[in-house]
Amino acid sequence: MTALRLVAAPLLASEPEPTTAADAVLQLENVSVRYGAFTAVRDITLDVPRNQILALIGPSGCGKSTLLRSLNRMNDLIPGARVEGQIRYNGEDLYDPAVDPVEVRRRIGMVFQKPNPFPKSIFDNVAFGPRLGGTRDGLDEAVERSLRRAALWDEVKGKLRSPAMALSGGQQQRLCIARAIAVDPDVVLMDEPCSALDPIATLRIEELMRELAQRYTIVIVTHNMQQAARASDVTAFLTMGEDRAGHLVEMAPTDRLFTTPATKLTEDYITGRFG
Amino acid sequence: MTAAASLRVRSSRARGRARLNRLMTGLLVIAALLAIMPLVLIIGVTVIRGLPAMNLAFLTETFNFSRREVGGGYLHGLVGSLYMGGLAALIAIPLGITTAVFLTEFPRSPSTGPVRFFSDVMTGVPSVFVGLFVYTLLVRHIGFGTFVGGLSLAIIMLPIVVRSSEEILRLVPGDLRRASYALGARHWQTVLWVVIPAAAPGLVTGSMLAVARALGETAPLVLTALAAQTVVLDFQGEGQSALPLLIFREARGAFSAGQQRAWAGALELMLLVLVLSIVARFIGRRIRG
Repeated sequence: MTALRLVAAPLLASEPEPTTAADAVLQLENVSVRYGAFTAVRDITLDVPRNQILALIGPSGCGKSTLLRSLNRMNDLIPGARVEGQIRYNGEDLYDPAVDPVEVRRRIGMVFQKPNPFPKSIFDNVAFGPRLGGTRDGLDEAVERSLRRAALWDEVKGKLRSPAMALSGGQQQRLCIARAIAVDPDVVLMDEPCSALDPIATLRIEELMRELAQRYTIVIVTHNMQQAARASDVTAFLTMGEDRAGHLVEMAPTDRLFTTPATKLTEDYITGRFG
Repeated sequence: MTAAASLRVRSSRARGRARLNRLMTGLLVIAALLAIMPLVLIIGVTVIRGLPAMNLAFLTETFNFSRREVGGGYLHGLVGSLYMGGLAALIAIPLGITTAVFLTEFPRSPSTGPVRFFSDVMTGVPSVFVGLFVYTLLVRHIGFGTFVGGLSLAIIMLPIVVRSSEEILRLVPGDLRRASYALGARHWQTVLWVVIPAAAPGLVTGSMLAVARALGETAPLVLTALAAQTVVLDFQGEGQSALPLLIFREARGAFSAGQQRAWAGALELMLLVLVLSIVARFIGRRIRG
């Protein structure tokens, strides 16, 4: 994993700003998201580094999930939601009128807070994405590969045709991760993926994220600071102002943000003085 | 701290609450029993009075002799009911479910309001009007028959299918839709492969309710299917029979042999709906996968 990063780093080393990365999959520039008259997040500029885990932390209501949803255009589904500023994916504007949001979501997948498998078989859940793209051949291999990557294969290999709803909560969430990576996305967005899980299932998902980061870029929203500290490479801390609009306070490599935060606000938050 | 009171001691208020609780529970049980009484009585009386005339001949024969004679059966009515009911289902279920999908998937379309309003109004239209409507529009030009009978049943079914399907589709969790969109599914793919399969058992149940209602309809058939003495397989142009038509005709009659047959016919109709419901349940579960 380290080797991968070393190789990837020199490719695009041109950005001088502190919140930018050497090799960024996603670049956000002055991004604001509004729901009607309400501004949920304001003026966010940051880069999502490739093949790393970026954690978004901050108090409830600071717009972490909103920001996350704007990264694969899931906000398009919410009436009245508007994204301003620019989000570039591999240099291309995500919100360019010529860009098909469906194509965006195939490259940038998402895992939700509550495990939400379809009421279908385990196999059909994982095969859903590939089938959307018209894949008919090699589905068995694709499903097995995704389930292996999601560390679920050994538990379900004998019962691929049984309903996904019969799995435990932690297994369902790993199934949702398998489903998301079955379309082989570039980036996987995770919106508090462990908040409905017990500590053991949570740990398994965190280990899994480590594995996945070798292949995919992960952006995770979490309420749990220990989780951010344990499981991420880079952490961005957001908070909200007087007008309840979220903004970015600080973004840094995770160990630095948690040991020597640059701002008093971050320090107060990570030591539990507010939020 | 005062000395702890025993757990067994009840305050006087607690005793009052317990009494009230028993009283209310009793009232609810009585209300529930009263509510299911008509159903139990209908089923009971139909079975008791229908069984004597119910036999293999009743299910497999027609009768073209006088109504005062014993024997024969309602095969022509069964065939007519299945024929027209099937035709009505073929028309009303796809149309009704697509309408419901439209209402739930395009809530901001300007036609959503009017469509829902008219479908609600249609639910309340007396069924004899439906018969009159089809009679004036079609029967006067192309005559009585299976098709016009089926069509009038379809009109009865349509608003029931729309209403029940809409409720069921609305219950599909938003989480599932979002999961589908997040995988890069288009709107139509999400509807076809996620929303409808998730709602399938409910859609089937709602459609069955509509079929059951249509199978029991008499008034619209009097003016469209008319009647038949034998099994009719013609699509249109010949009068067609149906179980409720035969029951209606013979139950009014003065002859006990006819009335016996009418009771057996009622039992047959009830069993038919029961069998269809069970089959539909089974299918609904299979679709979900």
